[in-house]
Amino acid sequence: MTKERDTTLTTPSGARLRADHLSIGYEDFAVIADLSVDVLDGRVTAIVGPNACGKSTLLRGFARLLKPSNGQVILDGHDIGSLHTKEVARRLGLLPQTSIAPEGITVADLVSRGRFPHQKVLRQWSRDDDAAVDEAMRCTGVTELAGRLVDELSGGQRQRVWVAMVLAQQTPLVLLDEPTTYLDIAHQVELLDLFAVLNREQNRTVVAVLHDLNHACRYADQIIAMKTGSIVAQGNPNAVITEELVEAVYGLKCQIIDDPQTGTPLVVPRASPYVTARR
Amino acid sequence: MTITSNRSDHVDFGRRQCVIRLGAMSARASWRAIVVVTSLLAGALVIAVVAVGIGKYTVAPADVLGVLLGTNTSFDRVVVVEWRMPRMLMALLVGAALGVSGAIFQALTRNPLGSPDIIGINYGAYTGALVAITSFGVGYYTVAAGALLGGLVTAVVVYALSYRNGLAGYRLIVVGIGVSAVLNSVNQWVVIKLDLHTAVTASVWQQGTLNGLSWAQVLPMTVCLTVATLALVALGPQLPVLQMGDDAAGALGVQPDRARLAYLVVGVGLIALACAAAGPISFIALAAPQLARRLTASPGVGLVPSAVMGAVLLLVSDVVAQQLVTGSELPVGSVTGSLGGAYLVYLLVVQARRR
Repeated sequence: MTKERDTTLTTPSGARLRADHLSIGYEDFAVIADLSVDVLDGRVTAIVGPNACGKSTLLRGFARLLKPSNGQVILDGHDIGSLHTKEVARRLGLLPQTSIAPEGITVADLVSRGRFPHQKVLRQWSRDDDAAVDEAMRCTGVTELAGRLVDELSGGQRQRVWVAMVLAQQTPLVLLDEPTTYLDIAHQVELLDLFAVLNREQNRTVVAVLHDLNHACRYADQIIAMKTGSIVAQGNPNAVITEELVEAVYGLKCQIIDDPQTGTPLVVPRASPYVTARR
Repeated sequence: MTITSNRSDHVDFGRRQCVIRLGAMSARASWRAIVVVTSLLAGALVIAVVAVGIGKYTVAPADVLGVLLGTNTSFDRVVVVEWRMPRMLMALLVGAALGVSGAIFQALTRNPLGSPDIIGINYGAYTGALVAITSFGVGYYTVAAGALLGGLVTAVVVYALSYRNGLAGYRLIVVGIGVSAVLNSVNQWVVIKLDLHTAVTASVWQQGTLNGLSWAQVLPMTVCLTVATLALVALGPQLPVLQMGDDAAGALGVQPDRARLAYLVVGVGLIALACAAAGPISFIALAAPQLARRLTASPGVGLVPSAVMGAVLLLVSDVVAQQLVTGSELPVGSVTGSLGGAYLVYLLVVQARRR
């Protein structure tokens, strides 16, 4: 069966990024078991699910940060593990959940580190590097902050700087691991709008792990809902996000209404009697 | 070739940058770093010229320059070239090795305290050297091999003891301090067991000293440092990327565990090399990278500024050690130890306040 699969790997119609019978675990504990999924090219995909369901693990597997114990992640028809790391980094960027800004680094310096996969020992700062960093900072609105120290910025500004670093990498695929955590609601929306722009105007494929189901419904073309290491449902938000699914995945009773702005599903949790009684 | 300072480029780095482009090749550095490194090099040259002239037989700086240019062929030449120059060159080379090694370890642990002389690599190299002396006798290459092996084994032990789902800098430092304490006791025990003559040599050497170094040691040191430099060039600028965390580094095309191991081997090699030549000189590896970082105002520790700073620090310390107590040979390690001790206290106070 794997032989047949190999011949289909290079078909041009196949998704650029997909998981093929993927299992990933830490030591003897499998977080994800036998998972297969295609990431829609040129679309926004949101991975949702309760804490510890393996959604970040799947994303980290896509980004090659975790080695599969079984199966493979396929990028452009090749097992991602067989590709050169810098080659992967030129096609696929990741905004990790935790990253460290070295002490005393300026915004432009940090963003320019995104050019690492394009640089060589004797080619450290080409005109392309300069143009890419300039463009990435303009796109995320941090150009005015370029000379500032990253330590001095607010949470929202800092997250935009990290996004700029990922954009400077100029990858057609962008993976985001809980990009909106720790941001206030205005900065969350601002950032998600930015990802929508990147997708529509620059045609980048975006995959994001999101905690907020309503954000996922509003911004994603495809939702992958996960529970205990497997996919429970996937597809268009309107088809996937139902009251039954939310209860099955999160154990939360809710009502689904139409988002008055976009017509996408809006999840309203059922109020507990204690809350209704206070009225 | 074009050299610009932000004029044809669009990105504002907050600090003036020097960009050099030559065909497909290009490089970028901040002007401040360039000025600092050049000034340190110039300072080192001046100090070196003055330093080789002073001592029981004094040679004026002008005569030293004459020797170097080949116009002065008097007895000065013997004093400068045969007697004093090897020691001066070794101070620069060993200092540079210590500076780079310190920068590598501090970058990998992301902590200014994560320097090889704090986490025990120094002591381990010294243990290795002592074991080599007791088993095979005093000889440059056996001692060097012993130091290298001792340093590597210590690094592996400290790394293994502190590794748990990735490397946490702070855990590595705490484990390293513990390992240092154990090794220090082992070293003292071995020295006590040695015969008197070897024990005296070993205990002077324990402080770290540049006494009695000659051209016979300069050559292998130069060769080894060249190899280490080539290895670092081949690794490319992965160190700054590693400092951003394993996930970010992995996403940017660096394999964190593999790159870390490669840097660790070079870092241990450099510290062991320095230890084999001059004993476990303390605090240069700790202080040089941070001093250089502050002067250059750069993010994270840089290898080149750390190397130059380490070379200058050790050269100055050695001159002070030679001049401070006239008539006796004070080991340079005592000078770096007392200067560096004060710096360590400062560093601990600053870190304690920040936590």
